[in-house]
Amino acid sequence: MSVTVTDPNLETFVLNLGPQHPATHGVLRVKLVMDGEYIVSAEPVLGYIHRMQEKMGENRTYAQFLPNPPRLDYLSALSYNLGYVMAVERAAGIEVPERAEYIRVICTELNRVASHLLWHGAFILDLGGFTPLLYAFDDREQILDLLESVTGARLTYCYFRFGGVYNDVDDDFLAGAKAFVKRMRERLPMYHDLVTNNIILIKRLKDIGFISAEMCRKYGATGPVLRGSGVAYDVRKAEPYSVYSEFDFDIPSYPEGDSYARYRVRMDEIAESLRIIEQACDKIPDGPVRAKVPKTLKPPPGDYYHAVEAARGEFGVRIVSDGTTKAYRMKLRSPSYSNLSLFGEACEGMLLADALALMGSLDLVIPEIDR
Amino acid sequence: MICDTVAQELEELIAAAAAEEEAAGGEAGAEAADEAVAGGGAEAGAQGEAAGEGEEAAAPPPGTPMLRRTEYRSTGYHVDATVAPAQVAEAAAILDRHQFFIETITGVDWPADRQMEVVYDFKHREELCRVVIRARVDRDDPRLPTISHVFPGANWHERETHDFFGIVFDGHPYLEPLLLPEDADFHPLRKDFSP
Repeated sequence: MSVTVTDPNLETFVLNLGPQHPATHGVLRVKLVMDGEYIVSAEPVLGYIHRMQEKMGENRTYAQFLPNPPRLDYLSALSYNLGYVMAVERAAGIEVPERAEYIRVICTELNRVASHLLWHGAFILDLGGFTPLLYAFDDREQILDLLESVTGARLTYCYFRFGGVYNDVDDDFLAGAKAFVKRMRERLPMYHDLVTNNIILIKRLKDIGFISAEMCRKYGATGPVLRGSGVAYDVRKAEPYSVYSEFDFDIPSYPEGDSYARYRVRMDEIAESLRIIEQACDKIPDGPVRAKVPKTLKPPPGDYYHAVEAARGEFGVRIVSDGTTKAYRMKLRSPSYSNLSLFGEACEGMLLADALALMGSLDLVIPEIDR
Repeated sequence: MICDTVAQELEELIAAAAAEEEAAGGEAGAEAADEAVAGGGAEAGAQGEAAGEGEEAAAPPPGTPMLRRTEYRSTGYHVDATVAPAQVAEAAAILDRHQFFIETITGVDWPADRQMEVVYDFKHREELCRVVIRARVDRDDPRLPTISHVFPGANWHERETHDFFGIVFDGHPYLEPLLLPEDADFHPLRKDFSP
């Protein structure tokens, strides 16, 4: 993707966006070749917070690596926690008690709503609207308090363990989760009145930042980006893991493929997550929350893969085991990496301000891209 | 089932390459076979020492093109195809034709076999079918063709694999460091890497 400008009459200049720029939400640099206000080509430059998490996965035992995956994506940490423990459980053949699965679903979905709310606030902030952020953070705070009461952390949760969860939830937590569902359902119409149907927002997002379903396929984009291109693909439905097959929920998708479609998908997903949380709280069975698992895990030699639907798309873990206590190879497939890789092609010919809206609608989390 | 169709086409691809190699035959073929046997022997010995357990006598040397149907519940994927390094682009084209999307590309270092493995993950969006394509390359000169012209998304994954393992993807448009610093001359996921 080296920059080549063939037309000699084109007067272009190179513009550096980032690595320190509020619109990139982290240390991401984009090298833009501009023709006035229009983008000729764009090349994301990654790696500013690369930590070689995969090498750490090879150097530590399976349990010691437990706190690392949640630190990839600090906004939906529990999905990463879940993806990793489920991959290890698949490799080691561990069965998880049903109550633990329900707790995992409730917490992960709460985390997804929190992540989407933060995105909502930050995205509108990018577009120049300050107020919605305050509403979104107010609601998100309720989730953080709830999750803090059971996990002990507010952001980089490490609550799920091999064979279950760290500790049981009490009735207060379940009541709190249901109370939040009720509260959030009452708040959502206000979000739509304030933001979704706002004419300024629609003008900034509608028919702008087009990404086709075919482009998503070629680049491996997943999550709300793909669903905003009209493909109702979600790992929770396509490849049901944990107890997701027990719940009645829909996969929102919009065929337009513009930034507004991706916005709508995430807002609808909040409502769908609330449905899952409500059903899980009603149906949660009694019983143990953690299976008996040996202290040192030695999965049989082999190659194992497990994917979950994180807030930004498909998070996959590949474990190559050689039968020892440490993984021989630990591959972490993160969704934003693939989602960002199409940015260069998608933003060609766009106005810079519109490209920033497009980037915001991808919902990037940089530590997860750089790993 | 899309999985069956793809598995069959990949199997045909592998068989066609094997037949071609046999037809090329003559001295070159015999030499290659000799090498394969020698390599296999060394590898079996090394593994026996390391793991202390007997390998199956009939097991083909690692990297031999073949296709396995795997059990999804225990491995997480349905089709596991090892192809010759020169065939990865053709294999990717088959998956592209059947509307698979690219999940990721990565490497695995196998110093005991003097090989490096490149692993491609694909998935279908409508039906539940995960396909893994593998190719093993010589560890001393790890190179194989790019698939970035089939799946543009492979561009970054191949750059990352080049960063971490030093595997060269021939025909890649821009094989520069992506996640590592621009002047990096080391490959941290090689097993003999020391900082």
